[in-house]
Amino acid sequence: MHMSDTRQIKAPRDVVWAAILDPEVLKACVPGCTEMSGTPEDGFEAIVVQKVGPVKATFKGIVALSNRNEPESLTLSGEGKGGAAGFAKGGADVTLTDKGDGVTELHYEVDAKVGGKLAQLGSRIIDGFAKKMADQFFGNLQEAVEGPKEEGEAEEAAVDGKKKGWFKRMVS
Amino acid sequence: MPKDHGIGAPQKRREDVRFLTGTGKYTDDINVYGQTYCVFVRSDVAHGRIISIDTAEAEAMPGVVRIFTGKDFEDVGGVPCGWLVTDRNGEPMKEPRHPVLAQGKVRHVGDPYAAVVADTLQEARDAAEAIVADIEELDAAVNMKAALEPGAPRVHDDLSDNLCYDWLFGSDQDAIDKAFSEAAHVTTLELVNNRLVANPMEPRVALGEYARANDESTLYTTSQNPHVIRLLMGAFVLGIPEHKLRVVAPDVGGGFGTKIFHYAEEAFVTFASRKINRPVKWTSTRSEAFMSDAHGRDHVSKIELALDGDNNFIGLRTDTYANMGAYLSTFASCTPTWLHGTLMAGNYKTPAVQVNVKAVFTNTVPVDAYRGAGRPEATYQLERVVDKAARELGVDPIALRRQNFITEFPYATPVAVEYDTGDYGATMDKLEEMIDRPGFAARREESKARGMLRGLGVNCYIEACGIAPSNLVGQLGARAGLYDAATVRVNATGSISVMVGAHSHGQGHETAFPQVVAEMLGIDESMIDIVHGDTSRIPFGMGTYGSRSLAVCGSAMVRATEKIINKAKKIAGHLLEASDADIELKDGQFTVAGTDKSVAWGDVTLAAYVPHNYPLEDIEPGLEETAFYDPSNFTYPSGAYACEVELDPETGRVTIERFAAADDFGNVINPMIVTGQVHGGIAQGVGQALMESCIYDEDGQLISASYMDYAMPRAEDMPFFQVDHSCVTPCTHNPLGVKGCGEAGAIGSPPAVVNAVLDALNSGGHSVDHIDMPVSPHRVWQAMQG
Repeated sequence: MHMSDTRQIKAPRDVVWAAILDPEVLKACVPGCTEMSGTPEDGFEAIVVQKVGPVKATFKGIVALSNRNEPESLTLSGEGKGGAAGFAKGGADVTLTDKGDGVTELHYEVDAKVGGKLAQLGSRIIDGFAKKMADQFFGNLQEAVEGPKEEGEAEEAAVDGKKKGWFKRMVS
Repeated sequence: MPKDHGIGAPQKRREDVRFLTGTGKYTDDINVYGQTYCVFVRSDVAHGRIISIDTAEAEAMPGVVRIFTGKDFEDVGGVPCGWLVTDRNGEPMKEPRHPVLAQGKVRHVGDPYAAVVADTLQEARDAAEAIVADIEELDAAVNMKAALEPGAPRVHDDLSDNLCYDWLFGSDQDAIDKAFSEAAHVTTLELVNNRLVANPMEPRVALGEYARANDESTLYTTSQNPHVIRLLMGAFVLGIPEHKLRVVAPDVGGGFGTKIFHYAEEAFVTFASRKINRPVKWTSTRSEAFMSDAHGRDHVSKIELALDGDNNFIGLRTDTYANMGAYLSTFASCTPTWLHGTLMAGNYKTPAVQVNVKAVFTNTVPVDAYRGAGRPEATYQLERVVDKAARELGVDPIALRRQNFITEFPYATPVAVEYDTGDYGATMDKLEEMIDRPGFAARREESKARGMLRGLGVNCYIEACGIAPSNLVGQLGARAGLYDAATVRVNATGSISVMVGAHSHGQGHETAFPQVVAEMLGIDESMIDIVHGDTSRIPFGMGTYGSRSLAVCGSAMVRATEKIINKAKKIAGHLLEASDADIELKDGQFTVAGTDKSVAWGDVTLAAYVPHNYPLEDIEPGLEETAFYDPSNFTYPSGAYACEVELDPETGRVTIERFAAADDFGNVINPMIVTGQVHGGIAQGVGQALMESCIYDEDGQLISASYMDYAMPRAEDMPFFQVDHSCVTPCTHNPLGVKGCGEAGAIGSPPAVVNAVLDALNSGGHSVDHIDMPVSPHRVWQAMQG
């Protein structure tokens, strides 16, 4: 299936770029991720626990980064094997555009495939599930970089130290 | 008042007592001492190269007895195909090897590449998860037409392409060309016969047991034909001689064709039990059934009907792509050819008929016979194109059919078969009476008043059953004879065990077969039992499929019973001191004709086994006879079906309001069982027409592999069926005059449903000439939007 979306992230492009390459950020952003290790150069190894409809499984997978065109675009591709549950694999082409005023536009095009029991039992719900996963991942990324959304402007000023995303705090 | 005894009595099925009280004994109910459990590791990609299979970790796990991979099966045969089809150039079909466990490549989702045998099922499952296979995913051939394109992924590397055969059959090219060049009108239709999963209530199970003491193997399996399994597995796969191999198919919870075939799992448990010297059991899960039971149908066809200026059918030609899946299942090659092309004339005297079938390998589960097997595909094409022709020509669809009916018998079709008897006008008359055709207009108005569209669809069908004359099918490529056999064993006190080659898995043989013997002997059915499903107890018969049990095995049973009667009359003649030519058998009494001298059935049977006063110099003691019966022709059940639907134009939802079936099955032994068979067949046909569909995505992933996504029909989806089988033209060539009724409902119903939907749409001003099955609300709604 194919999914795409665009998000406005209130952070400079190089901050967003660095976040995507950081295994700790990826671990925090991939829904259900319990382990993530590796480097952008060699790829990451990940363990993800997820439940798709009736199928709950631990996926062991690899995530590779390619087409790196810093700080504008890159491709994230991954494959996870869930044993008897089957497999999931996919790729995301991510484009970062500097919109000025410290805002970066993140656009992604995701292609994902599932096989084995996941396809057999979950086909009817897999599209929605994959969309939710992509939404959560990029939502988490946005949150990690810019901090939780719901805070108002006044509040923002008052709790300045806390409102920043944890990743942004680390790099700023 | 209907008969309550013998032929024609609507007796309740005696086997239902155990089925309805949970006391049937199915394969999974059989457990033997020392039994191990087997779990197959199946491919989750449609096509892949096996780089490595690491079983080390799994082998060290608790309870694991042994792990097998394809390597273990290099020295045994592949799973064989039972029918060699010859292509249009006289070349044999391509017949790739089908290893018990995949070797080199996996070729469909569900293709097993390893198997774990362990002390418990849970241990086997756990170890199966620990097997690490490196399988390089390859592009898959999924769509049949794309699979035949140059450069398409090849399912079998040792074949030049994915074409199994290109088969051309029927009238010669000149006759076909002439018909189409002279036609006043040609109706063309392209359609899909949707892929189905058989879904018997009981999933497949296999239990292999090896007795080292006498080097004997026993396979308990969910089969429609234990002797066929013994033959195929013993001779072609494992090299075990018949006398060292016993195959038992106990109670079987539905077959519908998919339990005809010899499966790799059966060979596996038999092989593995010999290797580890312990019994090995495998029970399919429902998910496994979806990806390992042979699927059905899956044809893509173009059909053209040529008519002259008076609306007479003058020519018919079809081009079909038939999916074989990744390997050739037992009857896969035969189903779209000899069970399909030979029925393409239908009920009509079309003088020129030509059928082309291209059988294609794809990275999908093997496809084989499913209730009707080739004949539903033929009927659907023909009856849809006739209906379309009627609409194009603006003539009544029933009148157009009647005008072209075959009316003289025997009738030799242009597609090789000779119909012995039939009366298509009679079943159509009966059908018109059943459906109250004159009242349809008022019913349509009534629906219209509620904003609904009502449609009436009608079709005819003919099928070839009683499979099959061995010398004929031998010429056509069958690798076995298709006779059947029965042994009638009369016991000393007069009770009888009839051992039959046919297998009963829902057909009611245990009730109907005794009715025949009881009628012939004039004794009560309660004295007669049917024994089936165990190669060590029954003669070499070929099992149950193709609506053959009564026509072929029942005929063998009649012949054996005739032998019993002849011998019993000799014994009676001796006891009565009369010539056996003067002995009459009536109501279980042997009487000297024209006298009141008689002996009872039990006196004769006792004399046969306690031969104190017995003509030992002339005849042997005992009373047991066997007969083999090889039919001289197929049987040709036929009929006319009608479906009335109501369609909601707001949603596209179709509901079946009325369904009528007028069948000619020849003579009927148990009308209640026949009615039940037709009900079940129609439910499956309606399921195909409205709901069921097996879907692969473009990568060859099976995405309709559970009941969440594969819509099985339920009781609420079915209307009240009107079923009639009072039109009888007895089969002319078997002793009972029977034709077979098991598949008719599934053959005759899909075109009636689709024709009715199209009638409803057109009545509402929607000019739609075809919708592919399943006619789901989505598809109907799309068609209405043009």
